[in-house]
Amino acid sequence: MSVLATIAQAAEATDLTAAELKGIEAAAGAGMAYGLAAIGPALGIGYLVGQSVQAMARQPESAGTVRTTMFLGIAFTEALALIGFVVFILLKFA
Amino acid sequence: MRDDGPAVEMEVALDLLRRALWVAPVLIVLSGAIWGLNGALSTGYGIALVVANFLASAAMLAWTAKISISLMMGTALFGYLMRLGLIFLAVWVVRDASWVELVPLGLTIVVTHLGLLFWEMRYVSATLAFPGLKPATKGS
Repeated sequence: MSVLATIAQAAEATDLTAAELKGIEAAAGAGMAYGLAAIGPALGIGYLVGQSVQAMARQPESAGTVRTTMFLGIAFTEALALIGFVVFILLKFA
Repeated sequence: MRDDGPAVEMEVALDLLRRALWVAPVLIVLSGAIWGLNGALSTGYGIALVVANFLASAAMLAWTAKISISLMMGTALFGYLMRLGLIFLAVWVVRDASWVELVPLGLTIVVTHLGLLFWEMRYVSATLAFPGLKPATKGS
């Protein structure tokens, strides 16, 4: 919120119109939405891959099965980031 | 440590591609009926993006797993960021094109990605004998 407040203060100081201010705030909001949406999946993928590597190290014979599950897990986790991305493009460009 | 086994990720990704080819005409026609020609083109572009994302992810994981498991881990993490950046770039480049409708494009990306994954899950094997996909049976 402080980012948006800062933008609003800066806009007042530079005499931006309401439409320009709205555009700037939409861009900032979209950027934050995308950035925040990418954090969760990044943590999820890190944990998922870390555990998979541990499983492969403990049981090398099951590496193929683990890699299959890991690939699907990564793709499912990535869907969260893609949802954030779609919200971003709709806010920013639509 | 490295994994010299079969490239199971590519097996799954190519199967996803095959399923995407089946479902693409339906989605494109449906999108065309709702949003017109531009919607159909945007949906086609969205499906191509999703499939390219799967293939890129699988290719990177399969390639690095043969070198080192640690490298595969790094590739999974940084590859995620890189592929998100590439998807952003792919949409950003065409955002002002006359044929782009952002709503069907966005919907297609999410629906196709999740839909293909849920569909694929039915065909994934969890046995050591078949680490990638279940063996094909008659009629499937």
